[in-house]
Amino acid sequence: MLEFDDIQHILLTRTPALAARYEFLSFRDAAGGRAWLSAMLEKVQSAAEVRASVKKDNRWVTMAFTWNGLRALGVDEASLATFPEEFKQGMVARAEMLGDSGKNHPANWVGGLATADLHAIVILFARDAAERERCQTEHAKLVARCEGVEALSTLDLEATPPFDYAHDHFGYRDRLSQPVMEGTGEIPTPGSGATLKPGEFILGYPDEEGPPANLPQPEILSRNGSYMAYRRLEEHVGKFRDFLREHGETPEEQELIAAKLMGRWRSGAPLVLAPEKDDPALGADTQRNNDFNYKQMDPHGYAVPLGSHIRRMNPRDTAHNVNRRRMIRRGATYGPHLPEGAPDDGAERGIAAFVICASLIRQYEFAQNVWVNDRNFHELGNERDPIIGNQDGTLEFKIPKRPIRRKITGLPAFTTVRGGAYFFLPGINALRYLAALGSARQA
Amino acid sequence: MSDRSKQHDWTKPAAMAIPEGGFFKDKVEQGRYGPIFPKTPACYGFSIIAKIIPGREPVFHEYARNIEQAVAGQPDILAVLRLHYLRWNLFDINGETYFQYMGIFDTDFDKYTEDAVGIFAASGLNTVFENLEGFPKDWKTNAAAFIKFVRDHQCPSFLEYGEYPFVSAEEIKKALKLKAAFSNMLDQMQ
Repeated sequence: MLEFDDIQHILLTRTPALAARYEFLSFRDAAGGRAWLSAMLEKVQSAAEVRASVKKDNRWVTMAFTWNGLRALGVDEASLATFPEEFKQGMVARAEMLGDSGKNHPANWVGGLATADLHAIVILFARDAAERERCQTEHAKLVARCEGVEALSTLDLEATPPFDYAHDHFGYRDRLSQPVMEGTGEIPTPGSGATLKPGEFILGYPDEEGPPANLPQPEILSRNGSYMAYRRLEEHVGKFRDFLREHGETPEEQELIAAKLMGRWRSGAPLVLAPEKDDPALGADTQRNNDFNYKQMDPHGYAVPLGSHIRRMNPRDTAHNVNRRRMIRRGATYGPHLPEGAPDDGAERGIAAFVICASLIRQYEFAQNVWVNDRNFHELGNERDPIIGNQDGTLEFKIPKRPIRRKITGLPAFTTVRGGAYFFLPGINALRYLAALGSARQA
Repeated sequence: MSDRSKQHDWTKPAAMAIPEGGFFKDKVEQGRYGPIFPKTPACYGFSIIAKIIPGREPVFHEYARNIEQAVAGQPDILAVLRLHYLRWNLFDINGETYFQYMGIFDTDFDKYTEDAVGIFAASGLNTVFENLEGFPKDWKTNAAAFIKFVRDHQCPSFLEYGEYPFVSAEEIKKALKLKAAFSNMLDQMQ
């Protein structure tokens, strides 16, 4: 039985937010950090609370901490030592393995995310920009009151138009393939696979291989918690559109190139089900838009190229143990919308997203290292993920086609990593435990 | 055939001398669990050598029969590991029995290591490792401990050779399928 009243809402719910703000905090003083946390406790909602009141609420708050942040709040060394190695090291130390080199290297990251001073993130999802402004003002007052608490940086996010469906700045429909946990009452959409054991995403529950093991201690700290990999990914929209024009003579050909890179038309319609022509109605239909496999329906990649983004991020029936590699994705777009036909204005725009999973090394890092950035994924030889892989202009993208495949060489980087971090997402009781650390010691 | 293998001429047998310690210090690639041993003309691989718990030799022979049956019953049981070959040996040093486990892979061991643990845990193929001295008792739920044991007992090569260097098992299988397809085509033309 999932403890909905102890699980932070971001793990289990999507909120109707059109605006968001991420604040990255540093605690120079443990007591100050705990004072901030104590004050924030009443703002953080559990999954149970959000389920009950999402229709009337206007803002939703999530808090998470780096390993350094847990130490800064006063977690003792014995407890800190029980966290997994990759979390202790942090995303910066794992950069090479994650493919964060060249322009993606942490030396180029913004907002202080690559520093050891990064201790916490507070994620605000707001129904609209006005509510975000109100919360931001309130939070600034709180931070000012708490000794030694400092905002390293902030990021404002907004949905990008048109607003009737979720999509990124490139125009690809998002939120099409999400895992569903047992016990949530949700039913996976056709093609999304069976429900998964909650322990794949939430600490303290059985996972796909059995009972929970090796959880951080004490139990109150880890129970109903999870890990979040944060990625701020700039999308080079002008470069992307130039690429489509360069490789497709007609608008239809350009759309097909865009679809081949992703594995879906920008409408969301999967190429496996709509290989020749876009089908927006299919793209919007959750009962049909994820209902496909690769092994039987597209073994050679004639529809979805073997190296395309969705084939890497979820190889479905062409990879082993995929149930041990699934991840929950949350996030939003940031930066101004670039209207179709407008020249690139040089502004930074992109996606700032969270990958939530019970094991960063087994789930997030595996996907990043083996599926996204392995040049020899599916024996491709010289490719990485065309959307989020580390591209330096020397790699290629092959589009299987009879009689002869098409090969695009010198693929440019359509995205650049501008920041990232590993966070621990505690349960509600764990947040209370952290907030009370000082008083517990005094007692 | 992948373009990477075209960069290596498979018609030219090649040997590679590997520095002491097993790594080329100026280009050590990092995997999720630590540095990755380099790809050589004989692809990726490992040689794990560990002392067995005295008197456990019969368990190893029973394990061999189990593996034989498991693969016969489910030929793709080890497919995830992207293997060419595995060899298991028992040998004697000063009256003590040691176990050697050598594998040749198309991917570094780091990539699919949790899958290997999962296969062993799920298929009942576990007994052999549990009969090695120092093997972590909680390995089924502690992939990191399993991997540390493997890394601690890895004896890196100082020389590797490939008669058809850098060619993957998948490429070899594709070539054989192509040969079979041509053979079939010629049959149809008779």
